[in-house]
Amino acid sequence: MSSPGPQRTGAQILWEALRREGVEVVFGYPGGAIMPAYDALLDSPIRHVLVRHEQGAAHMADGYARVSGKVGVAIATSGPGATNLVTGIATAMLDSVPLVCITGQVGSKSLGSDAFQETDITGVTLPITKHNYLVTKVDDIAKTIREAFYVASSGRPGPVLVDITKDAQQAATVPVWSDAPVRLPGYRPDHRAQSAELSRAAEMIDAAKRPVILAGHGIIKADATPLLRDFVAKTGMPVASTLLGLGGFPATHPLSLGMMGMHGEAWVNHAIQEADLLVALGMRFDDRVTGKLDTFAPNAKKIHCELDPAEINKNVRVDVALIGDVKDTLDALMPLVSRRERVDWLGRIRELKGDSAVRDIQQMPPAGRLFAAHVMHDLWRITQGNALVVTDVGQHQMWEAQYYKHDHPRKLVTSGGLGTMGFALPAALGARFAAPKEEIWVITGDGGFQMTACELSTIAQENVKLNIAIINNGYLGMVRQWQQFFYDGRYSATPLKSPDFVKLAEAHGLMGLRVTSRNEVEPAVARARATAGTVLIDFRVEQEDAVYPMVPAGAALHDMIRRPSPIVETAEDD
Amino acid sequence: MSDIRLRTFIMHVEDLPGVLNRVTSLFRRRGYNIESLAVGRTDVPGVSRMTIVMEADDDAARRIEANLYKLVNVLRVEDTTRRPTVLRELALMKVRADHSTRAHILQLAEVFRARAIDVGPEALIFELTGTRDKIDGLADVLAPYGLIEVVRTGAVAMLRSAEVAEATPKTLEEPQITAA
Repeated sequence: MSSPGPQRTGAQILWEALRREGVEVVFGYPGGAIMPAYDALLDSPIRHVLVRHEQGAAHMADGYARVSGKVGVAIATSGPGATNLVTGIATAMLDSVPLVCITGQVGSKSLGSDAFQETDITGVTLPITKHNYLVTKVDDIAKTIREAFYVASSGRPGPVLVDITKDAQQAATVPVWSDAPVRLPGYRPDHRAQSAELSRAAEMIDAAKRPVILAGHGIIKADATPLLRDFVAKTGMPVASTLLGLGGFPATHPLSLGMMGMHGEAWVNHAIQEADLLVALGMRFDDRVTGKLDTFAPNAKKIHCELDPAEINKNVRVDVALIGDVKDTLDALMPLVSRRERVDWLGRIRELKGDSAVRDIQQMPPAGRLFAAHVMHDLWRITQGNALVVTDVGQHQMWEAQYYKHDHPRKLVTSGGLGTMGFALPAALGARFAAPKEEIWVITGDGGFQMTACELSTIAQENVKLNIAIINNGYLGMVRQWQQFFYDGRYSATPLKSPDFVKLAEAHGLMGLRVTSRNEVEPAVARARATAGTVLIDFRVEQEDAVYPMVPAGAALHDMIRRPSPIVETAEDD
Repeated sequence: MSDIRLRTFIMHVEDLPGVLNRVTSLFRRRGYNIESLAVGRTDVPGVSRMTIVMEADDDAARRIEANLYKLVNVLRVEDTTRRPTVLRELALMKVRADHSTRAHILQLAEVFRARAIDVGPEALIFELTGTRDKIDGLADVLAPYGLIEVVRTGAVAMLRSAEVAEATPKTLEEPQITAA
């Protein structure tokens, strides 16, 4: 405890508390109930990014958090400011991203009276936050902010909302600062796998003939990539990744199978279905990964390494649960497992590749047309796979996952669990503050881009460099694809007319380029990379292309819709 | 799948505004239907105790427990279903009774050890403590006479003999944390 200092207002204490948590940048939008905080902001060293819509603030904080591994901070006023955060908070909740969202609230005396811009935001966000607080007393602000950061970042991370009444921001007190560890009597974020369970798991791994590792977001969150590489080197097990796990294990590693699930390669899903052991690391058996549960990996024993006990046996019954941080668990498992080379099994997987084959769109001649998959492949090639890519939600997201090979963690930022359209542009701006030097590509669709396109002007105001690739097919493409496959091609509300995106960029003082054929891709990408400011490229791609392969929702994982001929299927994917 | 049956959870939570809402919101969100929920203070300042009865199979029960633990204000949770437990519920029942039926109704109530706590010219109110079955039983017996109103508290639970629910914290500060 420091010695008592002079009196400070709640608003001043708020910024000092954030500074003490190491916050360098916050994303927000002012308004009546948060004005005291915004006044005190002027005297704080913390940088504030003025967004155009509070949803953008939450996504920016989210992008910042995913890339930095730190807690992202968004700030908004009461009522509509707070409710506009909701989609961003839910996005962070489903993908376990640590956020602290600070909202102003009407004065404590007016609470519950339906005052101007009053919304019960702690009530609204109860199911989509890890925890939330309503602070009505100035003396509680410092302590609550400290708790909020601790809860958001410890255990399975998640968003925490702190709603602070206007009078608490205005009142003054002598702040009490504590560096002691936060103790919450009912909160237990740490679990350690039991040694008996670890031994059982090691025996199963040694005994397995056809094992597959399922690597999820937890690998990235735990910074366990180097350990996973060592673990794979020793055990010889091939690795399939979830969407959010991409980059957690190098895509170009010989034992990397790539993405599994609804839009995973057919042979990857077949390998999972034929496996006799699945080792799930920091993933939660989402329905997009398992397909129909009754037929998911029917012959496989399952080991589940997971931080959150509530995930065990939720979707898939497992044989061994190793509850704990995946890094600690791998550390503990490492000496218990034997060195193995799995020649037969890897041979079988190669066979599956040959049988069910990668339908490699790179083999397909463009014939004057522009395929989104070609754009992804070219972007990967030109950026040498080193860009930080932020994707939106839909077809382009899946094509990116298939064709942009991520070899490093925290290089792909995407909304997996909630599937939030409009995520990419603001999340990329947040990511920019976490990675000032990295080459960043926003890959988005014409639909999702327009949901948060207003943040272009935030990007212009902040004068930051992003590269924006709009995969423009004139449709809400993924929904159109479902309509094509499952609704007799009845295109209900999916044809989409967009503004001239090049002019839109120019209206913001940014460079806009248009690409309509494959030979224009490389020069446009090169020009974007060579330009100091943000460049937007409007890629006019095939309008009715579909993402293949596809496991229809609710179908068995091996029951995939294949890419139709005459597309060449080859045995190798490179 | 494992057996679906009525489960009893004893929970200790921080006595703060909104905590009951957090607990019930969790049950609602995960789609679990609560049979009964009773909550009150304990002898430990700042700690409330809840008894929740609900239908669930073994897997669901474990997940409910794990999900409840994820609530920051929840101190301890225990599924006491498989342990020797005393479960009691309090009910008040108002039944139509005039001079011709009153004596008979009082006699019936006596069998259930229900206490008449209000006697009026047209109705009686009984107070009854017991298990769910016993209360259902009295309600069934009184129904033909005209049950005007029934109110039940929901079950409260306690482990038998000298056993103490592991869920019982000694103080708010030292909640005896053990692995979940």
